[in-house]
Amino acid sequence: MEQGPAGGSAAATTAASAGTGTGTGGLVLPLSESEQQRYSELFSRCCPPPEAAAGGSSVGELFRASQLPPDTLHQITEICGAKRVGYFGPAQFYIALKLIAAAQSGFPVQIESIKNELPLPRFVALKNDSEVRYGTPAELHGVKFQVPHATLEKNSYKRTDEGDKQEPKSPSMSPICSPPASPSTYQRIPLSYGYGKSRSGLEQQHGAPYEVRHSTHQQDGPSSGNYGAKPAAACSTLNRSLSVEREQQDSSTHYSDDPWRITEEQRDYYINQFRSLQPDLNSFISGSVAKNFFTKSKLPIPELSHIWELSDVDCDGALTLPEFCAAFHLVVARKNGYPLPEVLPETLLPEYLQTASLKPIRDCTLFDCYSESLPGGQQTRDFARTEKASAEEAPDNSALLQDAKKDDKQALKVRTPVKTIPKEFQHLSVKTAAQESHALKARPRSRSYSSTSIEDAMKKGEEPPTPPPRPQKSHSRASSLDLNKIFQQNTQAVRSGWLPPPPPALPPRPSVSQEVVLAQPPSKPARRKLRTETQGLETPEHSPTINVTSSLPAVKPHLPVQKQSSKQKRAIQTAIRKNKEANAVLARLNSELQQQLKEVHKERIALETQLEQLRPVTVL
Amino acid sequence: QNYPLYIRSVPTENELKFHYTVHTSLDVVDEKISALGKALVDQRELYLGLLYPTEDYKVYGYVTNSKVKFVMVVDSSNTALRDNEIRSMFRKLHNSYTDIMCNPFYNPGDRIHSRAFDNMVNSMMMQVC
Repeated sequence: MEQGPAGGSAAATTAASAGTGTGTGGLVLPLSESEQQRYSELFSRCCPPPEAAAGGSSVGELFRASQLPPDTLHQITEICGAKRVGYFGPAQFYIALKLIAAAQSGFPVQIESIKNELPLPRFVALKNDSEVRYGTPAELHGVKFQVPHATLEKNSYKRTDEGDKQEPKSPSMSPICSPPASPSTYQRIPLSYGYGKSRSGLEQQHGAPYEVRHSTHQQDGPSSGNYGAKPAAACSTLNRSLSVEREQQDSSTHYSDDPWRITEEQRDYYINQFRSLQPDLNSFISGSVAKNFFTKSKLPIPELSHIWELSDVDCDGALTLPEFCAAFHLVVARKNGYPLPEVLPETLLPEYLQTASLKPIRDCTLFDCYSESLPGGQQTRDFARTEKASAEEAPDNSALLQDAKKDDKQALKVRTPVKTIPKEFQHLSVKTAAQESHALKARPRSRSYSSTSIEDAMKKGEEPPTPPPRPQKSHSRASSLDLNKIFQQNTQAVRSGWLPPPPPALPPRPSVSQEVVLAQPPSKPARRKLRTETQGLETPEHSPTINVTSSLPAVKPHLPVQKQSSKQKRAIQTAIRKNKEANAVLARLNSELQQQLKEVHKERIALETQLEQLRPVTVL
Repeated sequence: QNYPLYIRSVPTENELKFHYTVHTSLDVVDEKISALGKALVDQRELYLGLLYPTEDYKVYGYVTNSKVKFVMVVDSSNTALRDNEIRSMFRKLHNSYTDIMCNPFYNPGDRIHSRAFDNMVNSMMMQVC
């Protein structure tokens, strides 16, 4: 056995170092010098300084490389106290290594067994194992060994990894690896999420950046071999995809620390998957479709049920894009061995996902959901200028009009932030699915107007919780959810508060505003009637449109009167403003209707499910 | 029929007694349902007072549209819970039940294993006790 010389040298030096016990929670553990050196090397590999604790996943990878069965590793982790402490400190790590050595020598995994002298633990495919062991007589050269061994190790990893890559690729599970092109491009190495033994969810956070920095070529083979079960093979491709962005995010390691944070590549992948199920990114996936999809991941149904509960925040039986991303991410995490959280992590909340999706990609127009950032950017310009004289607005508005006219979708996206402003103030649980469906319906009626000055004023005045720049990006789903919960109690107050503001905004405008004022009150009673009625979802829609059209003809007679250029401009501006106000009215109306739709939708779902329940069961 | 979808009691001693109570109260609920002949949502209340001379607890009932019954047994030695509170508790239960229904992985008629539901029920019961 190769451990002969190592054992010999260890025996020789044991006497000298018998006194050197590493205090480990009351356990005095004698380590021979070779062991110490080896362990410290391993420890430093798993946990580069200045961290004091070794990352869970890199440690996991190391342990798995020892080719012990998972239960043994589990036991070892428990005994060494990592579970208790929550991380692999040096003490725990050393104990664990000794236990591994014990297990490999056939001793039972217990504290007692490691008090004896043991050979060094063996780690498969860590080529420097044997070399180091042979090098132990020359301990002084231990340090020098480490460097070439590191490179040797990498080479060995590369070789074995390529060999291993073939097998994980072939047993690809269908939908999760369904875009074959994309995983194949991810030729990097997966993160060893699989070592779930030492997990508390958080301790593996350390592992991620360490994975990135060193051991760029990991072993997928032994890990999947050891586990042998579904997760590894199924998610090897996903692992690769995950690891790619981990590597790409070297600079922002705090992002990759969190296993619940969705990286860009993952997000893209999820969005592609969403597209495959539902081409429109703003719409939602129904429950049955999602069920079929996630069932293909072969997770047990109770877990899928729990994942659904976590991710379907608004409990409408359907998944919007951020909800879908969250659910998918949870599935991926679960398959990688992470335990499911009890509560949806903050980074997976739909609001967060919505903002996260909008923040980084300003220039990208590939994805529809990202295009919100463009109108958001436009809106920021808008909001910045609305407080100044209106003269400046005209060129901006015209520019924006042109921009908006170009792309209907963009106009729509601009409108969705516009719509959500009234929604926020109109309480109730927001079902973003219904919102978006209404947004879609509103397309034929959409006018290519960007945000109105009223709404800007409204926003500034009535949005104390969120700073103005942010809401523009996060509107369609994000802050609306938060604010809705906040405003849920203030329903009546807010409702009444919403109505008065529009009139005060009107007076500043001269002459032409009168027609607008006239136009506004008729629409308001119409809306009030709407609130009391539960029917006639269609008819109120017509009345505001009628009001708007009546306001337009009212505007026109004034235009021929004001023939002077400056007054013409002002008239155009006021007309624009009026249309914007009408737009706001329509938006509010739309939001109310959407609320009602949501309520009806919820009732319908409840009734449908109850009906389903009734069918097999005899009516009592 | 009438198999329990979910059952939970907070002081876990005497659990069986509560289970039994719930089961017997189902008969009373059935009686009440059949007595009304219309199929509407009822937030009926089942106030039994002293069911047996030796025990003092109140049993409240609630039925949904699809004949799913919620039965709640509370100890009378508590500060008397007002009707509103009971109603709100049942409303919360109903809402949570609806949320569970929304989950496509839930088959109606299965036992309920939802953690969110558990948390809600626990918090509610903690509130009362």
